[in-house]
Amino acid sequence: MSFVLTEDQDMLRETAMAFVQGELPVSHLRALRDKGANGDDAATRKKLAELGFFGVIIPDEPGAETFGLVGLGQILEAQGRTLAATPLLQTALIAASAVQLGGTPAQKAEWLPKIAAGEATFALALDESAHFSPYTIATEAERDGQGFTLNGLKKYVPDGHYADVFIVAARTFGEAGDRHGISLFLVPKGAKGVTVTALKTVDSHGAAHISFEDVHVADAALIGPADQGADILDPVLDRAAIGMSAEMLGSAQAAFDMTLDYLNNRKQFGQLIGSFQSLQHRAAKMFVELEMTRSCVAAALGAVDAGKADVAELASLAKAKAGELVHLVSNECVQMHGGIGMTDAAEPGFYMKRARVQEALYGSASWHRDRYARLNGF
Amino acid sequence: MAYDNAEQLEEFRVETRKWLEENCPPSMRTPMPDDEVVWGGRNATFKNPESKLWLDRMGEKGWTSPEWPKEYGGGGLNRDEARVLEQELRRIKARPPLFSFGLWMFGPALLEFGNHEQKARFIPDILKGKTRWCQGYSEPGAGSDLAGLQTRCEDKGDHYLINGQKVWTSYADKADWIFCLVRTDTSTKHEGISFILFDMKSPGVEARPIQLISGESPFCETFFTDVKVPKDQLVGRVNGGWDIAKRLLQFERSSISAGGFGGTGGSGILGPEDYAKQHIGTDEAGRILDGDLRGRITDHRMYAKAFSLTVQRQTEQAKAGQAVGHTASILKYGAAKMNQDRHELLIEALGTEGLGWEGEGFDKNAKKVTRQWLRSKGNSIEGGTSEINLNVIAKRVLGLKEHQ
Repeated sequence: MSFVLTEDQDMLRETAMAFVQGELPVSHLRALRDKGANGDDAATRKKLAELGFFGVIIPDEPGAETFGLVGLGQILEAQGRTLAATPLLQTALIAASAVQLGGTPAQKAEWLPKIAAGEATFALALDESAHFSPYTIATEAERDGQGFTLNGLKKYVPDGHYADVFIVAARTFGEAGDRHGISLFLVPKGAKGVTVTALKTVDSHGAAHISFEDVHVADAALIGPADQGADILDPVLDRAAIGMSAEMLGSAQAAFDMTLDYLNNRKQFGQLIGSFQSLQHRAAKMFVELEMTRSCVAAALGAVDAGKADVAELASLAKAKAGELVHLVSNECVQMHGGIGMTDAAEPGFYMKRARVQEALYGSASWHRDRYARLNGF
Repeated sequence: MAYDNAEQLEEFRVETRKWLEENCPPSMRTPMPDDEVVWGGRNATFKNPESKLWLDRMGEKGWTSPEWPKEYGGGGLNRDEARVLEQELRRIKARPPLFSFGLWMFGPALLEFGNHEQKARFIPDILKGKTRWCQGYSEPGAGSDLAGLQTRCEDKGDHYLINGQKVWTSYADKADWIFCLVRTDTSTKHEGISFILFDMKSPGVEARPIQLISGESPFCETFFTDVKVPKDQLVGRVNGGWDIAKRLLQFERSSISAGGFGGTGGSGILGPEDYAKQHIGTDEAGRILDGDLRGRITDHRMYAKAFSLTVQRQTEQAKAGQAVGHTASILKYGAAKMNQDRHELLIEALGTEGLGWEGEGFDKNAKKVTRQWLRSKGNSIEGGTSEINLNVIAKRVLGLKEHQ
């Protein structure tokens, strides 16, 4: 029963929900923004580590059960509710998946315990243009005798401004646009030739442009076989899209709840505005979309854990539906709040800003619609 | 315990499989043409004699509604067994033996609200397809505002006397009996409604088919003039019909949305993408050449997938005891939108090929799409309009308040 959580997953969900409501409300993000922290929040990372949230999909010993992506999805949904800026998607999901799917025994032994303990944070350095296009990689990795030399520029790397280690997608063969010829490398942030330019972003989470100038890495830095990085990248990106969809579902649910609360309290013309049918119908339609998206996200999370063949299709379905949903709900949230929704003092604007970032990462709704059609043969 | 259960269930599966092998006629394992759908009833006709055999055998076991109590001729199966039966039927691609408002709507309501005599009298014939029921709900002046209905029901001592008019009565011209909402008290609205059953052959009943924009006539206007009804045919208490009516509407909306009006497509049925490929063409990569249409078809396909996943999720959650309130309204709303979008896209992808009405020169399936496109416009009206369903979601699910 993929749509019903196990008892353990349910407890994890409860813990995560209580944690974000208690420790990471939207006011926490606001405070980080106001003191210029740019989403870099070491104190929160420590708490997440104590809760064990970094190790949710990493087995204690090889072959042991984990909470699965379904479990991690519950935490990501929770952090989405309050827009919390955490390294969980990049580190607990993307890095943990990349190392598990493609890492050498030595890389697994070195990094998985550190990821699980929250001792190292990661960032996937992938995009090179303003739009997600995972095979359009021009960053070069040239064999230099003792390993590889990397040259190139990665744009808008989430968590790139504070991550300890980058997973860099670089080209060892072919041309930008080719699926074959991509390789993945682990590059520490202190490596010679790495320049991190922190970005102040609209959602206050921050990100970074990262340039690589004659950065030397050893052979041991290669994740998986050279040239065949896309075989690791594809499933990792599907999982990233699914994890992000879970976060988006949480954000949409919270923005919707906030809107509903406002509709049930704000009075005009001597009436609760929520008693006006034009607003009721719009709220009801949003709720239908929320329920539908919830089904897509749950199905996609479950499909990964069950090793189903339709993960890619469900990832695109979830990310596209979630993309439409966050814009619909965050826009209606601002509109239904009226003037107060336009103020920085209120919270709707935070959801609207974050929605744009969420949708752009790991494929926009439009990108995933196109892929969904391709996967379905038209 | 769980092991015992699994073993028993496996045993049940083996028996069921064997029974189906022996009893499901070969032609009942092939796709069902529209003119072989079985609605049962006194005047039932069977174009394919194996349809009758199949109905009789399934009806005898009560497997036309496997979970209804044995006491009234139902299958008496528990949830797990019913699921096994469903899987086994699907495995051999068995046709549903019976289409029936009795099975989908009236039966479930009667099992909940009827007395023992009523259940014993009516349920077995529903299961065996011997009685075909129709639904007397809407009236010319009571559509979305159903509780405004005016059909009068007077207590004449030893019987009731009914006068009034119903409309949109599905297949009233073919049905044997009607479950009908009538007014037993004119001084109040919702509390003056009763739920009553009578034979469509009763003197004073007349049904006239209404022709729709699709050219079909599945609905009737139904007139009642001094119709005498025995007193034991009123279900529940006098003036207590509204609760039954609402419950039955939930069954109706569920049965509609479980099938999504057929809007999720399915194997063997051509979808808008197929017609677009055929009539517009594709590029080297297999993409539909009209990029705008391709995008809208994708939107629809995603909505349809999300809809099926939602039906599945709610079924699983309900099974796990996690109640999801008023899902019927959510799904009914979604099903209507999905099926209408699908048919708009179908007719658009067909181009002029989809504009035939009858006669030569057009593909048979395309002409069917044209009719279905028109018929689908009723999906957001019948069984509660989309607007009414949105009202239900807003008020009952989201807790938004009434206008003062």
